[in-house]
Amino acid sequence: MKVYQKVLMLLAAVSLGLLFLFPMWKIYLKAPQYPEGLELHIWVNKLGGSSEGVLQNFNILNHYIGMAPIHAESFAELKYMPYIVVFFMITGVVVALLGKRKLVLGWTLLLMVGGSVGILDFYLWLVKFGTTLSPEAPIKVPGMTYIPPLLGHKTLLNFEALSLPAWGSLGIALGILLAGLAFFLSRPAVQLPSVARTKTTVS
Amino acid sequence: METLVNRFWKSAPKAALLLSLAAGSALQSCNKTGAGEGGGAAAGLDADAASKVYVAPGKHDELYSFLSGGFNGQVSVYGIPSGRLLKIIPVFSQFPENGYGYNEETKAMLQTSHGFIPWDDLHHPKLSRKDGMTDGRWLFVNGNNTPRVARVDLSTFETVEIMEIPNSAGNHCSPYPTNNNEYVLAGTRFSVPLDMKGGTADVSMEDYKDKFRGSISFIKVDQEKGDMELDFQVLVPGFDYDLANGGKGPSNDWVFFTTYNTEKAGTLKELGASQNDRDYLAAINWKLAAKYAAEGKAKEMPANYYHNKLDHGTHSAKSTIKKKVRYLLPEDCPGMMYLLPAPKSPHGIDVDPTGEFMVVNGKLASTLPVFSFSKMMKAIENKQFDGEKNGIPVLKYEAVLQGEVKEPGLGPLHTEFDGKGNAYSTMFVSSEVVKWSLKDLQVKDRMPVYYSPGHLMIPGGDTREPYGKYLVVMNKITKDRFLPTGPELMHSAQLIDISGDKMKMLLDFPTVAEPHYAQGIKADLIAPKSVKFFKLDENSHPQAAKKESDVSVTRKGNVVTVKMTAIRSHLTPDNIEGIQVGDTVNFHVTNLEQDWDVPHGFAVMGANNAETLIMPGATQSLKWIPKKTGVYPFYCTDFCSALHQEMQGYVRVSPKGSSVPISFSTGKKKPVPPAATASLK
Repeated sequence: MKVYQKVLMLLAAVSLGLLFLFPMWKIYLKAPQYPEGLELHIWVNKLGGSSEGVLQNFNILNHYIGMAPIHAESFAELKYMPYIVVFFMITGVVVALLGKRKLVLGWTLLLMVGGSVGILDFYLWLVKFGTTLSPEAPIKVPGMTYIPPLLGHKTLLNFEALSLPAWGSLGIALGILLAGLAFFLSRPAVQLPSVARTKTTVS
Repeated sequence: METLVNRFWKSAPKAALLLSLAAGSALQSCNKTGAGEGGGAAAGLDADAASKVYVAPGKHDELYSFLSGGFNGQVSVYGIPSGRLLKIIPVFSQFPENGYGYNEETKAMLQTSHGFIPWDDLHHPKLSRKDGMTDGRWLFVNGNNTPRVARVDLSTFETVEIMEIPNSAGNHCSPYPTNNNEYVLAGTRFSVPLDMKGGTADVSMEDYKDKFRGSISFIKVDQEKGDMELDFQVLVPGFDYDLANGGKGPSNDWVFFTTYNTEKAGTLKELGASQNDRDYLAAINWKLAAKYAAEGKAKEMPANYYHNKLDHGTHSAKSTIKKKVRYLLPEDCPGMMYLLPAPKSPHGIDVDPTGEFMVVNGKLASTLPVFSFSKMMKAIENKQFDGEKNGIPVLKYEAVLQGEVKEPGLGPLHTEFDGKGNAYSTMFVSSEVVKWSLKDLQVKDRMPVYYSPGHLMIPGGDTREPYGKYLVVMNKITKDRFLPTGPELMHSAQLIDISGDKMKMLLDFPTVAEPHYAQGIKADLIAPKSVKFFKLDENSHPQAAKKESDVSVTRKGNVVTVKMTAIRSHLTPDNIEGIQVGDTVNFHVTNLEQDWDVPHGFAVMGANNAETLIMPGATQSLKWIPKKTGVYPFYCTDFCSALHQEMQGYVRVSPKGSSVPISFSTGKKKPVPPAATASLK
């Protein structure tokens, strides 16, 4: 691999660091009595919001419909995900230094799988929270579940919910893109015809 | 007087025309049946008044205005131009709405050397300043009856400090902040025989002339935090000190006080204090006074006054008793104080935005004199004195006079400025606002107001750059302005557009109790800094329970301490047992919310107290002594959520000496009856 390709790979590894600087996903809630809106920020290692107390306010709202309180502690993912990201970053750097195409491919595929698993996991806990409602809930609307949208917009009772990936996710996207690019650019474009030529000579 | 009356009548046809145009009520008011409208629309009503004061639902006003509540001891906050009441801030009075002065945290705010005083007569709101302009940080107000000066923090709109003023009686001429809040000055209205121990002496009224003294207090203000401290006092002759206002620009170092009863009458003052043709405007060089005090000219005397401060971390007030006060005598401090002869019984003193002109509103005088600061300085330099009073030089009237506004109206009380070279004065007796020019001292316009105006306010009207778009005039009598509500009516304020040559009436709105003065400020100097909730993490109240697992009920002798939490929509604990008749039960309720506008209230049946209203993140305490056995409900009083009605609990009170142990709980998980979900389907 050429130096600039290694640099691309290095950048791919480093861009995962965005996950520690920005939330991965944001869920926006808006209702008449919340004109300023409520934002839940999902980070790789924590839960937050547009202001302090957002999580508490989410939970206060959710408790009327019997949704279990959302706490950072309820998600083992938040504990081990940072390690996975760090693992990807370190291995990414190593891969960049070694400059082996196959390793680049392997790393990229693994990251894609990791990202997909993350999204799947996220979807599963949305479903879990939205459907596992306390039978003692003060407000029960027959047949109603409260699964927030994974991506996009949905109306839940009087709330408009909007769910979008945030800058942190861009870290993964960039990681895949840059590593993929490094892999693509380092393809043995010159060698291929020569191989073909040798083949023809053999035949 | 003849011409004045003529002038008034000359404008009457115009007024009548507008009157009939405005509401078509001219005829109706002729044969009033009592069932229809009142006395008619205002003269000079702007044809487009409705749209000029209309602030659409959801939109904010352009300005905040802070109106004193007078005898209710509170400040009311109105939006301008809508005239909408935004808030009532309790200062010197207990306020059952939020428990101020009732709950254990704020009782200390109302402590004085005379004991707990849950009321005062709040007269003058004054906004803190920077470079002679209002900065929107604090509001200083005075308590007239039991001399006190308070500070309201405009990030929370809470009273955070109240200081008693020793050697004062009737703290009327107060509180005047200097242009950078170096000092807040407070003068005494009633002079009293000082016993030089911080109190008044047991003296015969016959001795008024010799033994009565007034005081001007110099309250130092912490530039960062706003905390006040009584630096020193100037003991002044035994007149009545009425109002104060400070210089700016060239006169920055000076502050002026109107006086009456320079006759030193001790009885029937309406006559006794109205004999001299001229009383005085007292001019004090506050910088020089501070210098004299710092240089050791100040003497010390024993005192006894309370200084109460609210701590934002603990949400609690604490009282400190101060035992000393320093004082200066004007006779020992040359150049510090002068007296300017002022027309009979002056009321307001107002300094124009340039700092050059001092307008003295002589309420019993027929002219409105305007003094010149530069002439005053020259007169001092040239020693143009007209004798002295108690060792204080009296300047010659002619030497300091810039000129007189002739026939301004009857009973001038107060003047404010528009920043465009005009002054506006209220005329109490002739019930009008008069616009006149500082340039030629000629009357330019007059507008009848309803009725008998006292103070008037132009936002920033006492600063370097007034906001000359609106004028609010505060009227003492309301009569027919609003639907009748028995003998007592709300007072009234009127909003006048002063952006053009002629004043135009825009709006009437009722005011709470009696407003004595107001201050206005552009909303963007305050609104962005407004606190939305207190951070729970920063709550350092000693009895705070910051999470539900921290709650407790403990007994020590016959005192039971309940550490309780409130959150939508339950109190923890909500079942308490083991309380006995005669116990002192202290409920310390912490509001766990971290969301804007979600206070929780807390009230107990039969408590000889108010409720307490707890802001998000704060802790407040309610004291309750149960007198009878039984079960007592307690509940949240501020509608907080769909389940607000359910936010309640019970205390069981057993006989004294009962063996019921202290216990408390909130909910035990119960199995859900299987039928419950089925029945919903």
